[in-house]
Amino acid sequence: MIFENLTDFGWMGGHGPYVWSAYGVALLIIGYNLISAVAHRRRVTEMNQKRRSQECDS
Amino acid sequence: MNILLLTVQRDLLLYVRQPGDIFNPLAFSLLVISLFPLGLGPSSDTLNEISAGIIWVAALLTTLFSIDLMFKEDYEDGTLEQMILGKESLLLVVYGKIIAQWLVGGLVITLLSPLFGLMFYVNTDGIVATVLALMLATPTMTLIGSIGAALTLGVNKGGVLITILILPLYLPLLILGVAMIDTASAGENYTGHALWLAAILAISIGFAPLATEQGIRISLSE
Amino acid sequence: MGNLFHRLGSPRPFYEISGIVLPSVGILTLISLAVGFIWALGIAPPDYQQGHSVRIMYIHVPAAIVAQSSYMMMATAGAVFLIWRIKIADMALQCAAPIGASLTFLALVTGAIWGKPTWGTWWVWDARLTSTLVLLFLFIGVIVLRSAKEGSESVGRATAILAVVGLINLPIIKFSVDWWFTLHQPSSFSLTESPSMPPEMWLPLLVMVVGFYLFFFFIWTYRVRTEILKREHRSQWVRSIDDI
Repeated sequence: MIFENLTDFGWMGGHGPYVWSAYGVALLIIGYNLISAVAHRRRVTEMNQKRRSQECDS
Repeated sequence: MNILLLTVQRDLLLYVRQPGDIFNPLAFSLLVISLFPLGLGPSSDTLNEISAGIIWVAALLTTLFSIDLMFKEDYEDGTLEQMILGKESLLLVVYGKIIAQWLVGGLVITLLSPLFGLMFYVNTDGIVATVLALMLATPTMTLIGSIGAALTLGVNKGGVLITILILPLYLPLLILGVAMIDTASAGENYTGHALWLAAILAISIGFAPLATEQGIRISLSE
Repeated sequence: MGNLFHRLGSPRPFYEISGIVLPSVGILTLISLAVGFIWALGIAPPDYQQGHSVRIMYIHVPAAIVAQSSYMMMATAGAVFLIWRIKIADMALQCAAPIGASLTFLALVTGAIWGKPTWGTWWVWDARLTSTLVLLFLFIGVIVLRSAKEGSESVGRATAILAVVGLINLPIIKFSVDWWFTLHQPSSFSLTESPSMPPEMWLPLLVMVVGFYLFFFFIWTYRVRTEILKREHRSQWVRSIDDI
């Protein structure tokens, strides 16, 4: 094993904060891409539905 | 070919009638350059070290400011549309406009650059290289800049937009040009740098006006 | 093959075919990223010189590689749109730009974080970081121009031209930045250019690169599908989808 225990895994010989923040930013970017894509899809479908119901009314 | 010369002649005449379009960007660059000695102190060593970079950045900014106006008036009063509809080749018109723009912008900066060099205590070799480098690079700046001017024609706030679109494309010129001047100031051979700048210029002469022409057609197609 | 390619060029078949492929791409992305993260964080060995900070490489390098590829893909889509006027290509360009920009940003941030324990400063004007910064500027230009007029066909074509011009410039920019770096050489050793990487390190790196490519492809396909729904909202087949 590379790491003896969890503390070791978190600390990483002093480089822990750098490594963990880099992976944190990576997760943020991945999450941002997912959320913004889904939010955009939701906006578009809502708009399409609104357009359709307006057409039905008239 | 006639249309090219006619366009150059017409645009130069327009610039002469409206000297502010040429004069303001030049005054701006002269002011910016003068700010550096005032901000950094008049020590000749400091100024000498950063001179090439400052002169080059000033040349880039001046080109960008004046390029914004390149097609603007012709676009707004409908002349550009007539040029597209007309029988003459739009590509030659574009070449003509680029040449006229360079004559009143890039060339003037190139001719003024020895003055800037003297303000920063650049030695004779350095000044010769500055003039040569700007002579090779300012046409490329105008050529690439014309693409940005054409693409942003129909867009509001085109001026800021051009800067964002075009400035990254100018980086090779900046790097090569500054290195060329520094090499020359150190008294070494700078033929290689000059050849690279010339190569980029040759490529730009061939391709940039094509993109500009397409850009104008696209911007006017709405 | 040619037939499939032809069909993917029009919105409806693209929507239908991508709808079949998308779930499996999503699962593959999830698996490869999960495996990659665990392998890179917990199993890969520390570097003898850089220690555990080398683990940042498993994020930085894939992000930089995929960011560059996405610019090339975006510009290729731009060229296709200019030549053949295929609507999907315009959507492909528009949807690739924000993903590529965010990955470029990730490469820059992780590069800076990596620089701190390695070089002692957050930012070094090193060749890779500098050309990544320029790439970010190019992406920003495309995004800003594309959003200048929402949904306008002519701005789409203008953006395509800009992307193609940027692609032609990219090698010149990369070359000049590399050359500029050797001229000024601020530090003696560069990130990631270790002479030979042992398999315990390049295997997880490979998994991560694949994972990032799949992730890009997944989000990109999803966004293109949204764009199709948006632009084709008048057509009958899109209306029937909305009912679900």
